[in-house]
Amino acid sequence: MSETLIAALFIFVLASFAGFEVITKVPPTLHTPLMSGANAISGIAVIGAMVVAGPNQTNLVTIMGLVAIVLATVNVVGGFMVTDRMLQMFKK
Amino acid sequence: MDTFLPSTIQLSYLAATALFFVGLKKLGSPATARNGNQLAAVGMLLAVVATLLDRQVVNYPMIGGAIALGSIVGIIGAKKVAMTEMPQMVGLLNGLGGAASALVAIAEFYRLLLEGNVPFDATLTAILGSLIGGITFSGSFIAFAKLQGLITGKPLSLPGQKIINILLFAGFLIGSVLLLIDPLHTSTFLVITGISLLLGLFLVLPIGGGDMPVVISLLNSLSGLAASAAGFVVMNNILIVAGALVGASGLILTVIMCKAMNRTLTNVLFSAFGGATAGSGGGGADDGDKSYRQVDAEAGAMMLGYARSVVVVPGYGMAVAQAQHSVRELADQLEKKGVEVKYAIHPVAGRMPGHMNVLLAEANVPYSQLYDMDDINSEFERTDVALVIGANDVVNPDAKEDPNSPIYGMPILEVDKAKNTIVIKRSMKPGYAGIDNQLFYREKTMMYFGSAKEAVADLVSEIKQL
Repeated sequence: MSETLIAALFIFVLASFAGFEVITKVPPTLHTPLMSGANAISGIAVIGAMVVAGPNQTNLVTIMGLVAIVLATVNVVGGFMVTDRMLQMFKK
Repeated sequence: MDTFLPSTIQLSYLAATALFFVGLKKLGSPATARNGNQLAAVGMLLAVVATLLDRQVVNYPMIGGAIALGSIVGIIGAKKVAMTEMPQMVGLLNGLGGAASALVAIAEFYRLLLEGNVPFDATLTAILGSLIGGITFSGSFIAFAKLQGLITGKPLSLPGQKIINILLFAGFLIGSVLLLIDPLHTSTFLVITGISLLLGLFLVLPIGGGDMPVVISLLNSLSGLAASAAGFVVMNNILIVAGALVGASGLILTVIMCKAMNRTLTNVLFSAFGGATAGSGGGGADDGDKSYRQVDAEAGAMMLGYARSVVVVPGYGMAVAQAQHSVRELADQLEKKGVEVKYAIHPVAGRMPGHMNVLLAEANVPYSQLYDMDDINSEFERTDVALVIGANDVVNPDAKEDPNSPIYGMPILEVDKAKNTIVIKRSMKPGYAGIDNQLFYREKTMMYFGSAKEAVADLVSEIKQL
């Protein structure tokens, strides 16, 4: 395994631990919005898809990239908006 | 100038990642949650705009079109979905995210193939990416189909399912090794991608409707890990970090859901709960001589209207009947009469974590009136009437008393301790798990048969006349 892969693994593991620390103790009332908000963030794959679909050519690779952009954008936009819709209903 | 653009992009990614962390942190408290979600959305926008500066990214018309198309679909979906359908919606979005991540991993692998040189690391991470993404995609769509009622919510499995799964996984491992030795075997890559999709299918099909909160949480976690894996393939830190963050949050929710059912994750995933156990449960046979008491709207209204304290226990039945607005109206009427009304929410009530809370919020019930299991259980002894609306297994006293019950050990809402209990239910049929509920035959329990929405509406009009 190359050094870049090892470095990326470091980042992954540390980010996971940080994630656990940030998210524990969320009250049950917010479990659904937390999940759909996190779900929207998982649409970050759109960044990778844009890079893959980036070159000015049409082949299998860019087509897969474009399809991935569409799917990930639905995930991102739909996820953030539906979370916002839910959260604006929560009242004390 | 040569390093200016790349550094700008990377620094923007760093800022976006920070916004994700702050956003999720703020999602942990009701007062700041909305702001947190918006911050995360800003982070995402920043990351997308920064990527457009990438010198590799030049195909603006196509990329812009794809983003516009996805945004339109996303906006329409988010605006139209009913709150009762949130579990399906999240399931569907999980699946799309998983599919996108898998496609990124696969596309990058093919790009390297076209260049004629696939490094070992890229093959390894692409295999992982297509495995996790594929499972997330097909698993989420099965979960969606089950929740939407397109296929039965009951556990489904083929004869010899375990052997099939083991063979599939062995096939996946063999294919992976072949690919790692020689990445140019493109057909092998297609085969292992197909196997990944089948594994997702066979993972979720055997899981029953009542276990959906666990499955949805787990798929949520997997959708994050899929994004991380795609990040490893294209070597992009923001994908790795954001994916890890989502993976962690999904895993936390999965653990909470399993604890609330007193089961392990392996038990949920591999036991086809309710399929095998329902037949062996002795409870079904001696139903004949057990009697229960029934109540009608008028008598029910009297009990509720003249009580001092009422605790409402909502379950999936309330969601199915879309009865949350009627429930709120009932609580309003009771409060007018000086009755103290609280809501008791079991962690796995409904089909996803926090499902009941969202439905009641939609009906304008303030979240300060909603109580978690641990906070409300000590209060049932002092409660005049516990009103159970469409909940079943989460109030079954067998979970505490009968060591032979399949749900023995699961923490429940102890409504049997209340002075009176009214259960609104369609009929005496047992819930999804096929387990009889002793609560219904208790002396203090009254059954009120009907669909949740009409039953509650009838109660409201009777209480108005008191």
